[in-house]
Amino acid sequence: MSQQTRPPDGSGPGTAAGGTDVPEAGTARRSGATAGRSALGRVGKVRNLGLIAVLTLLCVIGAVSSDNFATRQNILVILTSAAVIGVITVGQTFVIIGGGIDLSVGAIVALASVWCTTVATQDYGFGGMVFCALVVGAVVGLVNGLVIAYGRVVAFITTIAMMATARGLAERISDRQSQVVTVDSFNSIASTRWLGVPVLVYILAAAVLLGWVLLNRTTFGRRTFAIGGNQEAARLAGLDVRRHTVLLYVLSGLCCGIAAVMLTARTTSGASNLGDLYELDSIASVIIGGTLLTGGRGSLVGSILGVLVFTTITNIFVLNNLTTDIQQIAKGLIILAAVLIQRRGNTPSTA
Amino acid sequence: MDSSRSAGIDRRRLLFGSAVIGGGVLLAGCTSNHKEDTPTSDVKTAAASGSGSGNEALGKHVVIGFSAPAADHGWMAAITKNAEAQAGAYSDVHLEAVEGTNDVNAQISQVQTLIGKKVDVLVILPFDGKALTAVSQQAMDAGIPVVNLDRVFDSPLAYRTWIGGDNFGMGLNAGLYIGKTLKDKGVANPVIGEIAGIDNLDLTKQRSSGFRKGLAKYGFKVDIRQAAQFTADSGQQVMSNVLQARSHLDAVWNHDDDQGIGVEAAIKQAGRDEFFMVGGAGSKHAMEEIKADNSVLKATVVYPSNMSASAIRVARLIGQSKGMGDLVGTDLPSSLTLFSATVTKENVDQYLPGAFS
Repeated sequence: MSQQTRPPDGSGPGTAAGGTDVPEAGTARRSGATAGRSALGRVGKVRNLGLIAVLTLLCVIGAVSSDNFATRQNILVILTSAAVIGVITVGQTFVIIGGGIDLSVGAIVALASVWCTTVATQDYGFGGMVFCALVVGAVVGLVNGLVIAYGRVVAFITTIAMMATARGLAERISDRQSQVVTVDSFNSIASTRWLGVPVLVYILAAAVLLGWVLLNRTTFGRRTFAIGGNQEAARLAGLDVRRHTVLLYVLSGLCCGIAAVMLTARTTSGASNLGDLYELDSIASVIIGGTLLTGGRGSLVGSILGVLVFTTITNIFVLNNLTTDIQQIAKGLIILAAVLIQRRGNTPSTA
Repeated sequence: MDSSRSAGIDRRRLLFGSAVIGGGVLLAGCTSNHKEDTPTSDVKTAAASGSGSGNEALGKHVVIGFSAPAADHGWMAAITKNAEAQAGAYSDVHLEAVEGTNDVNAQISQVQTLIGKKVDVLVILPFDGKALTAVSQQAMDAGIPVVNLDRVFDSPLAYRTWIGGDNFGMGLNAGLYIGKTLKDKGVANPVIGEIAGIDNLDLTKQRSSGFRKGLAKYGFKVDIRQAAQFTADSGQQVMSNVLQARSHLDAVWNHDDDQGIGVEAAIKQAGRDEFFMVGGAGSKHAMEEIKADNSVLKATVVYPSNMSASAIRVARLIGQSKGMGDLVGTDLPSSLTLFSATVTKENVDQYLPGAFS
């Protein structure tokens, strides 16, 4: 997040310091651009393979320890459990690759879920509720982005402030009560199945697919990597860093809006305490997926594998009726191990 | 060099940006407001009835300080509201309520502030009883009697009277209800599930141990026990996995009706209905479902949220040096444990008015 401390457009007190490291940053970028890309791709693939190995190992443990693990039904439950946090993680991956961080995702989910379940909104039925959740998510993301990019406040601070504000607003609107959804068509989002697979899983798949294309096959994606890698160089290369930063947070907010729709349908209620600590879950998934917390590098597929690793652990622990404390320890160790592997993977490429 | 140009763009963008935000806020204003025209506080009726012992008569003016955890879920929100409503019903009571917090450190400072303000009586629902024992004892030492609400302080020196719910009894009654129902049905080796609340809280442990005790009377055991977080999303998550773990269940006790919304959603989404469920705490939503009798939820064990209204009454009596009406003697009891009633379809109408939403 070092680039966050520097004013994005080089005006203000940071100019002198920024001026000196521009040339070297620029050359580093240029020389590393072609060679780095392929090495990066390889490291990313290796790390994804590592995660797939972890996931396979977990599945073996699951299948051995419980007869109920390797059933079609249970696999669908794992995927459905991963759906909400997975969609949030798609947005979070973009933000972190772009050199930022979004700590307000859980609070945005809570706010959007509360907002789309007020009596007034429920009167508009299915369409109105979905529209409301998406707009609330996107607008909160927009505010985050504007404050970070144009207000030049560090992302960590901005989104932590938003985390408090959005959750407070959610409490205010809901009066701290659970708002039960009475619109059946809305609740059916979580119970409907197409070809035997829950709609939520399709939504996750669509989000990952679109996110992957956007990140790896469009200019938008390349700009995201460029800005996260070196903001100053990206600016000198003619990218509108601030506009792009705003878009990244809008994207994250929109993902939270979608997740809010899914979560609200899943729990058939909106409440200000929904999405508690989702920011940590999503960031943890992004990190074990191999995305650098400092930005510029990362993989969306890795993030989703990270989400699946966490949901699979939870599933195995419940199937075997083990307590949550052991589960927490296991999660912690996996995060630590992933980061250690990540560091090893990075050393040769930076040397 | 390019600062003037960028400033120009800045201004335009900012204008555009603020227009967008303004639009958003406007849209916001439209969608939010006027929710719930149904009355929410049934507390006053519950409070206004009650004792007829002459204690209702106007007495010495009492300033009551009130501190509780953040009202972040239904039950806790009802606690604060009921306390305020009860205090408002007395013209000789003034309530100094501080903003609820889940930060033990902040709550300690708040209680110290109330001590500094020299309130007559304190009502404290500590976020963590052990952590607030010392400061409560300070209040007692300063001559301010403390009414300890629900979560117990570590030392009897720290409070004048404790009033609260019966977590063990809650689990016990849930266990007894499930045990009896299964026995009556003639189920031999029932598969019984338990969805607990936050596992590191003392109250969760007490509830679970009561539940085991209740089931043991009928020779039954808990087959699968998992903890959620008192929230609907955690309840949904845990229950959807539990339903995978056990392809057949006979009964489930869920500790908390707020998380129960999620638990029930998971059950509906999985299309399961071979078992019955008992809730906990006694929310309005749960009681309405029990009354409608169209889901797996057949009963709930109450953890009365109107106990805070009782605590305000007790604090007032302490402040006015009065005893409790129907008891003999001039001093208030040092401890009052409230009963956890089992609410079923048969008696639900009696409890609906006192339920929290």
